[in-house]
Parts: sequence; C-alpha cells; structure tokens
Amino acid sequence: MKNSLANRLWKIITSPSRMMLTVGAVIIMISLVRQYTGISDITSPGAAGATIRFTIPILMAGLGGLWAERSGVINIGLEGMMILGTWFGAWFGFLYGPWVGIFAGAIGGALAGILHAILTVRIGIDQAVSGLAINLLGMGTARFLSGVFFLGKGGDINISPQVNSIGTFTVPGLSPFLTEIGSKHILVISDVAGVCAGFITKINWASLVLILALPLTAWILWKTRFGLRMRFCGENPVAAESLGVNVYRTRYIALAVSGALAGLGGAYISVISTGNYLEGQTAGRGYIGLAAVIFGNWTPAGVLAGSVLFGLTDALRVRQSTSVHALLLVVITLALAYGVSKLRKKDWKGFIIGVVIGGVVLAYYLINKVVPDEFVTFFPNLTTILVLAFLSQRLRPPAMAGAPYRKGEESS
Amino acid sequence: MKRLNRFFWALAAPIAAVVFTLIFVSIILLMKGASPLSTFQLIASYGSQPENLVAELNQTVAYYLAGVAAAIGFRMLLFNIGIDGQYRLAVFIAAVVGGATNLPAFLEVPLIVITGVVVGALWASIAGYLKVKRNISEVISNIMLNTIASGLIIYLLQPGRLGLKGGLSDNLATPMIPKSGWMPSFHIMGGELYSFAFVAIAVGVLYWVVLNKSVFGFNLRATGMSFRAARASGVNAPRMVFITMALSGAIAGLTGMGELLSHTHTYSLAFPTGYALTGLALALLGRSNPVGIAIAAFFWAFLEQAAPALDLNGVPKEIVMMMQGTVILATVTSYEIVKRITRRQQQRLVGAAEAPRVDAVAKGVKS
Repeated sequence: MKNSLANRLWKIITSPSRMMLTVGAVIIMISLVRQYTGISDITSPGAAGATIRFTIPILMAGLGGLWAERSGVINIGLEGMMILGTWFGAWFGFLYGPWVGIFAGAIGGALAGILHAILTVRIGIDQAVSGLAINLLGMGTARFLSGVFFLGKGGDINISPQVNSIGTFTVPGLSPFLTEIGSKHILVISDVAGVCAGFITKINWASLVLILALPLTAWILWKTRFGLRMRFCGENPVAAESLGVNVYRTRYIALAVSGALAGLGGAYISVISTGNYLEGQTAGRGYIGLAAVIFGNWTPAGVLAGSVLFGLTDALRVRQSTSVHALLLVVITLALAYGVSKLRKKDWKGFIIGVVIGGVVLAYYLINKVVPDEFVTFFPNLTTILVLAFLSQRLRPPAMAGAPYRKGEESS
Repeated sequence: MKRLNRFFWALAAPIAAVVFTLIFVSIILLMKGASPLSTFQLIASYGSQPENLVAELNQTVAYYLAGVAAAIGFRMLLFNIGIDGQYRLAVFIAAVVGGATNLPAFLEVPLIVITGVVVGALWASIAGYLKVKRNISEVISNIMLNTIASGLIIYLLQPGRLGLKGGLSDNLATPMIPKSGWMPSFHIMGGELYSFAFVAIAVGVLYWVVLNKSVFGFNLRATGMSFRAARASGVNAPRMVFITMALSGAIAGLTGMGELLSHTHTYSLAFPTGYALTGLALALLGRSNPVGIAIAAFFWAFLEQAAPALDLNGVPKEIVMMMQGTVILATVTSYEIVKRITRRQQQRLVGAAEAPRVDAVAKGVKS
C-alpha cells in the first residue's frame, strides 16, 4: 500500500505529459498576469537569473535534508552546517581561489555532518538536541574563527576579505536573441523567451556544477544499491540490519553527504552570491531547506519544486516587491480553480476551502498595493505549515526518520 | 552501598560534561595563544562583581522561565523549540496591550502578565494542535512558527500600525506602558533587581508541586513515559499532549516580563532572541528539575555576563558561545553513556540474582 502510494506520487511528479500540462498552465497564467498588471520583471531574464542564485543554496540545504532523512536521521543542524560552509568557503576561497573555497565549504559542512552522525548514530542522543547544538556550535565557531583569522587580512570580526569571483558564461547568439524576444511583451512567447534567456545568460559556472547534485542525488537514491539500502534504513532499520545492511555505516555516509551538501549551499552564498563571508548571511536558509524537503514530500523533484518556489519569492522580493503582489493573482486563480474542480465531484468542503482562500487573497490583493517584505520573508515557513496542516495525509516521510535506533535493540 | 553507587553515577554525568567542556575550551584557548587558567580566572572575577551579579540574577530569571517552559515539554517528550516565538510574540502583544490601557496598578500589571501568558499559550497550541491532530513533529512546526512570529512582529511594529518611531533610541518600539503598569525593582549591590524574580520562584514551586503532587501531573508524566500505556489506563493522552504544549507556551510567555515590566516598559527589537535554544539547554542541564534549572540558568547568565571582559583582554568572546554548545552536547552525551552503564549494571545484578533459579530450571529440564 505504502509502496504503491509512493510509486503513484513519483509517477505523477515524473509523468512527462502531466508535468508538461502543469508547467504549460502555470506559464500561461503567469504570462496573463504579467500582461494584465504590466509588471514585466516577473519573467525578465534578470529575475530568472536571480531566481537561480537564490534557489541553489536552498536546493543544496534541501538535498542535504533529503539525504539525512531518507537514511532515518533528522538533520536540524543544516543551518549550522551552512554557516560553517559560508565561513570555510570564504576563507579558503580568499586564500586559494573560489573553487577551492567551495570545496572547503563542503568539507566544513561534512565535518559537522559527521559530528551529528557520531552523536546521534553512535552515541544515540536525541537528534533534535544534537542538531540544535550543532547550529549553536556552527554559529559560535564561525564567529570565533572570524575574530582569529580575518582581522588584519582586509576583513573584520564579522566580515571576510573579498573572494575572487568565478567566471560566468553566456550562450552566444541565442542569449541576445531570446532577450530581444523577451523584451517585446508578446503573450507567452516573450515570457518563455525571457526566462530561458535568464537561464543561459551570465550563468555562474559554480551554479552549473552545483545543480548536478540534484540528478546525482536522484540517481544514487533510486537507482543504486547503496541508495536502496539507505532508504531501507530510513523506513525500517531493524529489518535492514537483519538483512545484512550496516545501518550505522550507511547513516554515517548519508550524514556526511548531507553536511557536505549544506556546506556547499553555504559556500555558494559566501563565495558566489556576496563574494565574502558576512555574519548571519545564511538567514535561516537551512531551516527553509528543511521546509523544502517537507514541501517536496521527500523526493528530489519535490525538493527542487520547493526550492524554486521559495527561491523565486526571495528573488522577486529583493528585485521588485510589486512582483510578489502581482503573483497573488496566480494564487487566487489556483485556489478558485481548485474549488471549482471540487464542485464537479460534489465535494463541498473542498469547494468552500478553495473559494474562501481565493476570496481572502483576492480581498487582500485589491486592498493593498504591495505585499509587505516581512510576509514574503516567512512565506516558505507559512507554506510549510499549511502543507503540513492540510496535506499531511498525502505526505509520506520515511517511516523511521527521527526515531532512535540501537543495533540489536527492537525499537518500539 | 547501592545508594552510594547510584549517587555517584548521577553526579558523574554533569561533572564529566563540565570537565570535558573545560578541556575542549582550554585547547582552543591554547591554540589561540591565550592562557586557559587566566581566562577562567577572568571570567570568574568579572562575573562575581556585585553590579554584574544583579544583572546576572535578572538574566537568570528570564533564562529560568525559558528553562521551565522547556522542561514541561520534556516531561511529555515534547521538544518546544518554539519558546523563542512564543516569548517574543507574548512580550510584544503584552506591551501593546499595556501601552493602550491605563488601569490602576492592581489591574494593569496582571492584565499585562495574563495577556503574555495567553498569547504564549495560544501560539504554542498551534503546534500542539498540529501534533495531536495531524501527527506533525512539533520541532518542525515550531521552527516555522518562530520565523512567522518574527515576521509578524516586525510587520506590526512599523510606525502607523502598532509601533512608534523614536523614544530614547531610534528603534521601533511599542508605546510606553503607563507608570501603573510598572513593577518595582530592588536596589541592591548597586544594581536593580526586578521584583518579577518572585513570580519566577512561584512558577518553579508551582511546577514542582503540580507535576509531582497532583493527578494532572501524574497523568502528564505517565503520558510522557508511555503514550500507549497511559491511553490504555484511561488518560486522554492526546489531550495531555495538547495541554502540555499550551502550558509550555504559557510559561514561555512569562519569560520576557521581568525586562518589560521593570526595565524597558516598551517592546522593541532590542529584546534578545534565541531563548528557545537556551531554555532547552538549561532544561537538559538541570534534568528538568526546578532547582537544577535554576543553577544552570545562573551558570549560563554568569558566562554571558563575563563574555565582554574577555574581548577586552584579547580573547574572542565567542568562546562563550562555543562553551555553551559544547556543554549541551557533553551533558546529553554523558547522560546517555551513564544511562547505558547503569542499565548494564542493573542487568548484571538481575542476572546474578536470577542465575541460581535459571540453573535450577535448566537442571530440571535436563532430568
């Protein structure tokens, strides 16, 4: 039963025709909104490029969370691991160049991941306690090390010296062509062209390399023997152990990778996005990564969808806050469409929920001219709470994620 | 002998944790080129100066309440990481209510305090509801709720909504609470000790009495020990989980009241954050015992008060933050190890006691 449900979800997410239909519908809707409101930044190449830059750290943290939770350990320490990633990335990036910095960020995160593994897997302390303590340690360590290393090197106690930037690439010919079409404001065509232009204009090489972590994760977790065993450990460690899987070792590896991914996300923020380490620059993205895992129902494609959604709102907020307001129209349409589709099946509760949500957002849209920044900031968190509250029956987390496991002891 | 043994093992864990932390921090200090011994001396001497002691006590009160809030959750195996959001939203709305009303003191002060308690409880009960009705981990929902609380507060604190610009500093703040809503402070040792400390003491006593001497407390502890067993014996276990979460939030709502009623009289973004982590750490250190939490809270406040002195003497003050993180991990780890050692001892004792009978049974089977 569980298997068939997971399969079905997986098929829905990966089914090409359905995916095309959904994506097509969303594109047309966004295009109409752009046309109606006249806010062209929504689908401009610049916005698309910014979305990539904001998405990647969240995606990395989310994939880190996915690795950990699929193996059966909840990783609340993602934030701390990201902070270590920002610090290591910036310092080693300053010393030896940006690519070494990104690699060092991964190492820094992985070390914290291994610490989390020692504490939760080997010693068996509470996973939440360990994760929170790692967040505290990550913050403290980064601050401490900044005070030790940055002073006198062109940095300060909360800011590192500047890291050289990694080059970008633009697809010649195609990029200016698409940008040109994008600026013509033709319905749908300009929007698609604009977004595509954003994806191939001035893209950082590091973005391209890091995004490979997504297909790699999907491949390892679902197509390799190790991935099968790892998911087995998350679903039923006792059974896995009895069939000869080394649960401890599997979780050690999973958590090291989890930390490394979070560290990469952190390094991306410090080395690529800002070019130096700034205290507090992760701004809770580790937690948002955790939210993306839940939003994405513990699948790589879902994590990507969550990260893009959260990254997009982040990017639009920074660029032009009226864009977010315009996007409310999409939310209203979706909510009303949901309600009407329920009407056909005589599902009155669903109808009322859809119409009420649509109505409330519509009222808000008409009364206010902009969505306040503060609301956009906690949009990922609010979305997660709502998803948890209303869709919890559809969610399927790994059965034993978060449960303590000792070798040789039957867990209850 | 047996009792002595148990006593030894109970003390072994915290002592081992402190020793480990001291060693760890000493290594870091040596790497930095500072002398560990003189650094610890500096912390001790700076922290025990009279005027610092009073500040530490005031801070202890806030930490203590956060610790008790976390400890209530722990008794139910609930991990209330939402204390931070609950406390800030509670202080904020209490300050707004206090600033908008002007009643006689015997009504105004309770009104502000009760507002805080209610807001804290309501905010926490969102997570409680999700936990009971939707089976959602309270850790995840509370982390999300913390960020939402911060966003709401910043939004509402803008001038023209519920906040004002100006005042003493240039910070955004709520309107000043009238004098009738102020709680007195005591002048001792050159400092001002908030009278809210008495409320904290009362909360500690109440916590102990309710948990250990009442039917409600018994049900709560029973549900925490075994959800299924409690349910089977007639306790409405889901309801207990919900109530515990709300109670924890209610206490969290008291956390910032001392500062608000006796010192600032207005809420601004200068109110500290991160009480959730601190509260949980203190409840862990103090083993959810009211006296234990108080000692841990004072220790914590002492360290933080001494931190600035380190900076002046060339030692980065962030060492204190690392010390705190290490203390948490070391404590939890050593409790876990001690638990395993004592359990093994018990098993051996039981095994030794049962061995003759087992032998007899085995012989009986053979013959």
